[in-house]
Amino acid sequence: MIDLTVIWACIIAFAVAAYVVMDGFDLGIGILFPFFRVGSERDRAMNSIAPVWDGNETWLVLGGGGLLAAFPLAYAIILPALYAPLIAMLLGLIFRGVAFEFRWRDPAHRRLWDGAFCAGSLIATFAQGVTLGALLQGIAVNGRGYAGGWWDWLTPFSVLTGASLVGGYALLGAGWLIWKTTGALQADARRFARPLVLGLLAAIAAVSAYTPFLEGKYYQRWFGYPGVLAAAQMPLLVALTGFLLWRAIGGRRDGLPFLLTLILFGLSMVGLAISIWPDVIPGRVTIWAAAAPERSQLFMLVGAAIMVPVILAYTSWAYWVFRGKVDEAGYH
Amino acid sequence: MLDALDPIILARAQFAFTVSFHFIFPSFSIGLASYLMVLEGLWLRTGAGVYANLYRYWLKIFAVAFAMGVVSGIVMSYQFGTNWSVFSDKAGPVIGPLMAYEVLTAFFLEAGFLGVMLFGINKVGRGLHFVATCAVALGTFISAFWILSANSWMQTPVGYEIGTNGQFLPGPSWLAIIFSPSFPYRLAHTVIAAYLTTALVVGAVGAWHLLKDRTNPGARKMFSMAMWMAALVAPVQILAGDLHGLNTLEHQPAKVMAMEGHYQSHPHGAPLILLGIPNSAARRVDHAIEIPKASSLILKHDPDAPLAGLDTVPEDRQPPVGIIFWSFRIMVGIGLAMLALGLFSLVARARRRLYDWPLLHRFARLMGPSGFVAVIAGWVTTEVGRQPYTVYGLLRTAESVSPLAAPAVGVSLLAFVIVYFSVFAAGVWYILQLMAKPPQAHESADLLGPIRTAGITPAPAVEGGRP
Repeated sequence: MIDLTVIWACIIAFAVAAYVVMDGFDLGIGILFPFFRVGSERDRAMNSIAPVWDGNETWLVLGGGGLLAAFPLAYAIILPALYAPLIAMLLGLIFRGVAFEFRWRDPAHRRLWDGAFCAGSLIATFAQGVTLGALLQGIAVNGRGYAGGWWDWLTPFSVLTGASLVGGYALLGAGWLIWKTTGALQADARRFARPLVLGLLAAIAAVSAYTPFLEGKYYQRWFGYPGVLAAAQMPLLVALTGFLLWRAIGGRRDGLPFLLTLILFGLSMVGLAISIWPDVIPGRVTIWAAAAPERSQLFMLVGAAIMVPVILAYTSWAYWVFRGKVDEAGYH
Repeated sequence: MLDALDPIILARAQFAFTVSFHFIFPSFSIGLASYLMVLEGLWLRTGAGVYANLYRYWLKIFAVAFAMGVVSGIVMSYQFGTNWSVFSDKAGPVIGPLMAYEVLTAFFLEAGFLGVMLFGINKVGRGLHFVATCAVALGTFISAFWILSANSWMQTPVGYEIGTNGQFLPGPSWLAIIFSPSFPYRLAHTVIAAYLTTALVVGAVGAWHLLKDRTNPGARKMFSMAMWMAALVAPVQILAGDLHGLNTLEHQPAKVMAMEGHYQSHPHGAPLILLGIPNSAARRVDHAIEIPKASSLILKHDPDAPLAGLDTVPEDRQPPVGIIFWSFRIMVGIGLAMLALGLFSLVARARRRLYDWPLLHRFARLMGPSGFVAVIAGWVTTEVGRQPYTVYGLLRTAESVSPLAAPAVGVSLLAFVIVYFSVFAAGVWYILQLMAKPPQAHESADLLGPIRTAGITPAPAVEGGRP
């Protein structure tokens, strides 16, 4: 018997992963923005993502909307629990989203909108990292609702995950620019990437070391048998990828740093999945307890099975149209 | 200070504020995307440069409006959970899938092809670029379809079962849920409203430039196209609104009573109150100017038909009258003014004075923002009119709210107000600046501002190039 709930958990996880991969690099470019030289460097960095950012951000809507549809109870508990960081994220996304258009319309205030682009990207990313940390450290649940306070999400751990994601997205952004640009901007991106690699590896190590002690279940997962067999491989894989990434930054294959950063993100997400599966609210609510009824799941699955491949096809086409290096005036 | 406020009122204010602001942008971009599709299609078909120029002119405006629609829309997809978590838990199994379909079939379509539409002019062929424009236009319509389906189900819920845990569960037929009784009327009325709103904006911009230079070919063309829309679509919209009203009378009579200001029942034919001041304390409309029996005539097609009033509805199930009474009259008044503009334009056209009748142009310019006011007023009428429920008759607004503390909602409301007013005011200002420039004979296709360096081709020659 196929378990629709598991399928939907995988679809939501896929949407979140797709979001992190795609919006990660364009938020990262926002985070790095003040470090680019005013003028053509900033213009090129912005132009490299202008045609795709909107599609990238849609995966976040699918993550949120999909959670409401497939796991309404989880949506109803998580969103009030993370009220402040989520509102901050939304406001951040507003500033950075409009900056794409506004900076061209108003050259006199371009610095202002560049600032909004950076601050918005930074706040949105940090809030997403905090959200992850707050979920991992546990949410107070009573019955079918959130039972905690308004500042429960704020802990040293959630600040750590927030800062880690800022570094991670910035590295994705740097990798994207190494891939998609040339000249001084590309050289700058390579320069920024090195400390970011070290920072991200340190952050992954710190979060990984912290996580098992947040919750007995995580500890069991990672250090009990047979989980420890898999767990022992993760640091090795991360270290190996990190080493390859370090070398690739100075290398000749411009796409490789971005790809290897994606692999680092992929490994981190696998690690997360090992920690929390099969819960949707770690330690409190399983995917089955939060799931929508089968009729809802089935109805949506028909749509997802048809539409997700179609979406991936035309999204790939849009990326294909804007393939290659970006020049001064955008894609040509 | 914020502790003293009611968190439910704050949560409602926040939702009303964010959704009203958001609604402005799609009601423009739904219509504008279709207008762009028509312009590009006409250009491909006729080869007339004026269409390519107009396409480029409006594409720049579309880009700014669409960006604001996207970012304010993302907020909406999270508002349900942050502020209305109990509603989300209970109604999620029914309306969640409708919203998921909106994301899957509409949002990705719009966003995926928007990049090609805005920046792909020199990257793909004419045909493919037109496909991208059509995909964006289609996406805006599909988006309206699903979100209005979800909204209509909340207004006229059918096809559900109640689970043991208190959730609304889908019944055997999703078609029954998608096509709930008020949906076809609401969809028609809202989408036509979006087209009219856009037509009035386009007409106002055309009129603005005709007042300065009545020979500008772009201004003449856009004004003429917009006035055809006003003349043909405004009457259709009034008819659609009337049908929607009759449907509301059938399913949500208390809303119509509030719209009409009928506190009392009228067993021998109800008057149509044109204007007056609703007095909810005394349960009557003061200083009413009314047409005897006309309300019964409109709603029941019989001047003597009895019409029940709010006295037949228990007090705890009544919507607030004052706000609905006024918002409805604002909407209807603007609709009649649109009709007048359309008729005026027909007269001007018949007399061959469409492009040199300043009074018509001033009227059209004045009517430019009126579509937005009408759309918001109509939305207020239907949303406030379904109070005190979120799922009509079944789930009360007061029982839908998140376990919220007033300070959290109050502070976030304040943040939304400050950010929306500053950011979107800037965006509207930029749009007005774009509109202030007259359409050029060689309108630039450059969406990225003046950063072109030597060697980069400027906008291709109009006749042979791409739009």
